[in-house]
Amino acid sequence: MTSQPITEQVVYQRPEALSDVNTHYCPGCTHGVAHRLVAEVIDEMNLRDKAIGVAPVGCSVFMYNYMDFDFVVAAHGRAPAMATGIKRCLPDRFVLTYQGDGDLASIGMAEIVHAATRGENISVIFINNSNYGMTGGQMAPTTLPGQKTTSSPLGRDVEQQGFPIRVSEMLAKLDGASYIVRRSLHDPKNIRQAKKAIRTAFETQVRGLGFSMVELLSICPTNWNLTPVDSMTWLEDHMIPYYPVGDYKVHPAVAEMKI
Amino acid sequence: MARQLMKGNEAVAEAAVRAGLHAYFGYPITPQTELLEYLSRRMPELGRAFVQAESEVAAINMVYGAACTGSRVMTSSSSPGFSLMMEGVSYMAATEIPVVMINVMRGGPGLGNISPSQADYNQSVHGGGHGDYRQIVLTPGSVQESVDLTVLAFDLAEKYRINTVILSDGSIGQMMEPCELPEMQPLRGVSTEPWAITATMGQREHRMLSSIYLKVSDEEKTNIRILNRWRQIEANEVRFKEYYLDDADFAIIGFGSAGRVALTAVRQARAEGIKVGLLRPITVAPFPVQQVAELSKRVQGILVTEMNGGQMLDDVLRIVKGNCPVEFFARLGGVVPFPDEILSEIHRIAKGPLSVDVDPRSAWLDRMAAIVN
Ligand SMILES: Cc1ncc(C[n+]2csc(CCOP(=O)(O)OP(=O)(O)O)c2C)c(N)n1
Repeated sequence: MTSQPITEQVVYQRPEALSDVNTHYCPGCTHGVAHRLVAEVIDEMNLRDKAIGVAPVGCSVFMYNYMDFDFVVAAHGRAPAMATGIKRCLPDRFVLTYQGDGDLASIGMAEIVHAATRGENISVIFINNSNYGMTGGQMAPTTLPGQKTTSSPLGRDVEQQGFPIRVSEMLAKLDGASYIVRRSLHDPKNIRQAKKAIRTAFETQVRGLGFSMVELLSICPTNWNLTPVDSMTWLEDHMIPYYPVGDYKVHPAVAEMKI
Repeated sequence: MARQLMKGNEAVAEAAVRAGLHAYFGYPITPQTELLEYLSRRMPELGRAFVQAESEVAAINMVYGAACTGSRVMTSSSSPGFSLMMEGVSYMAATEIPVVMINVMRGGPGLGNISPSQADYNQSVHGGGHGDYRQIVLTPGSVQESVDLTVLAFDLAEKYRINTVILSDGSIGQMMEPCELPEMQPLRGVSTEPWAITATMGQREHRMLSSIYLKVSDEEKTNIRILNRWRQIEANEVRFKEYYLDDADFAIIGFGSAGRVALTAVRQARAEGIKVGLLRPITVAPFPVQQVAELSKRVQGILVTEMNGGQMLDDVLRIVKGNCPVEFFARLGGVVPFPDEILSEIHRIAKGPLSVDVDPRSAWLDRMAAIVN
């Protein structure tokens, strides 16, 4: 037998922007998927040297441990304000916030709306997992009608607790926002589309085209009391009908970008 | 440089610009608004950052982000706005970054009014935000002093990586006085501080700034580090002004506007032959502890005068420890005392008798009954 020379082709590896450490996330949590997508796009665009991340208060508060670029940690909900301060001082740096739905859509609603309306040239990754993960699964502004959480034990009663907020649809109404889309992380096809959207969002900032946000429908198996696989199904069956995946605002200048 | 007639708030704004202010974030509130308005013109003209934030909460968190880059940054507000800023104040203190904040105090609590007050002394000197932290608090008594202390505030904030507050009030902010502005300092480039968040630019390991110390032993170390730094500040940065104290039988202690009004009264009393002097703290944090302690051992009585209900009084009492009688006089809620009112307090005290056993706040409240009813 003659030995054939072996050729190696790397088809999958850790992105450089992702530090080689274990995360603290629960098994099946999609924060890890979202982190990886962010890191892959940072690598592809060579943004690591210029990047400054703003971590939120929530499960992803330790994001600075997982990303190999500069980071600050904001107060709960204030990441867009903090990012504004950084970007205004260092306009040629790439500034990113990463926020949960309690952080962004409840306590930080004013900060996100005004960052968007100012057309602040930052990018926002918005993780919608329909509850407050870090504090143990309380009702969030995104919790669906009837959804049980530790603070809506009988299911969210819209008469008493109001309706969920569709953040992407809301921010899309603001003239200052340039790129606002919703994607989902529940299957490979959607994950690939999420990555493309993150790329477009980051390109929007790099080309100075203003405020961009990618909302990512995510799962929280621990607090949903479901297995990761059942969580994916739950997301598809319950969240997507209420929060349709789609492009809610694409400024013509963003639409024309060639990537 | 020539002296110019300037409004306090605008003079502070221009002084900050000349001290190399890179970015300003604020929200309108009387009696501070001219500061924001002035910088809304001046900063863009110089190609620097100005943002009118959606709230004081947002403003202070913008300042937080900007300060993390090592740039010279500032915000300004007045009492109700400062209450909203307490979140960021605590986070910035915990992150150990340099920030300058101007509080042009007004009457409170609550919405209060827009007249001068000194009622946020405790909020700035003894906390306000959550957790154990300290900050430098400077109290100007004139437009010129506001200018000088603004420049100093940036230097101190950076020297110690600490929040620095200029505790002014509606009277100092609104009055027009001649002042000499500092020379224009060039704007610094991207910070080279070893802690600044500026992106790695491929030149160094990545960095992180935050206020989170999940390991309690790390948090304890941070608290101790902050307290030890404060000891250094107490040793090196106490500032005050003394007037007619050398041969004084009685001393007045008052800061900012109250100290300024007291000085007029002291001069009148001196003209009448009463041996009274004035100690005007410039830094109320760190407080001139040694000066007050020494004073208490050589005068027959101290009169504390403030435009609040005796917030600094408590600090003075703790230092005096019964060495001499302490009396108190205040107008508050936006009322500014007239020199004559303080002069009659001097007459009262010079006549005696004084006692260390009297609760000065209680006695003052009793006397106030006749004035406010
Ligand atoms: C001012 C303030 N209020 C409340 C909290 C407590 N807290 C920490 S994380 C969190 C919820 C975060 O939920 P979310 O933003 O949905 O992110 P997730 O953990 O689900 O990723 C809350 C309420 C806090 N840290 N600060």
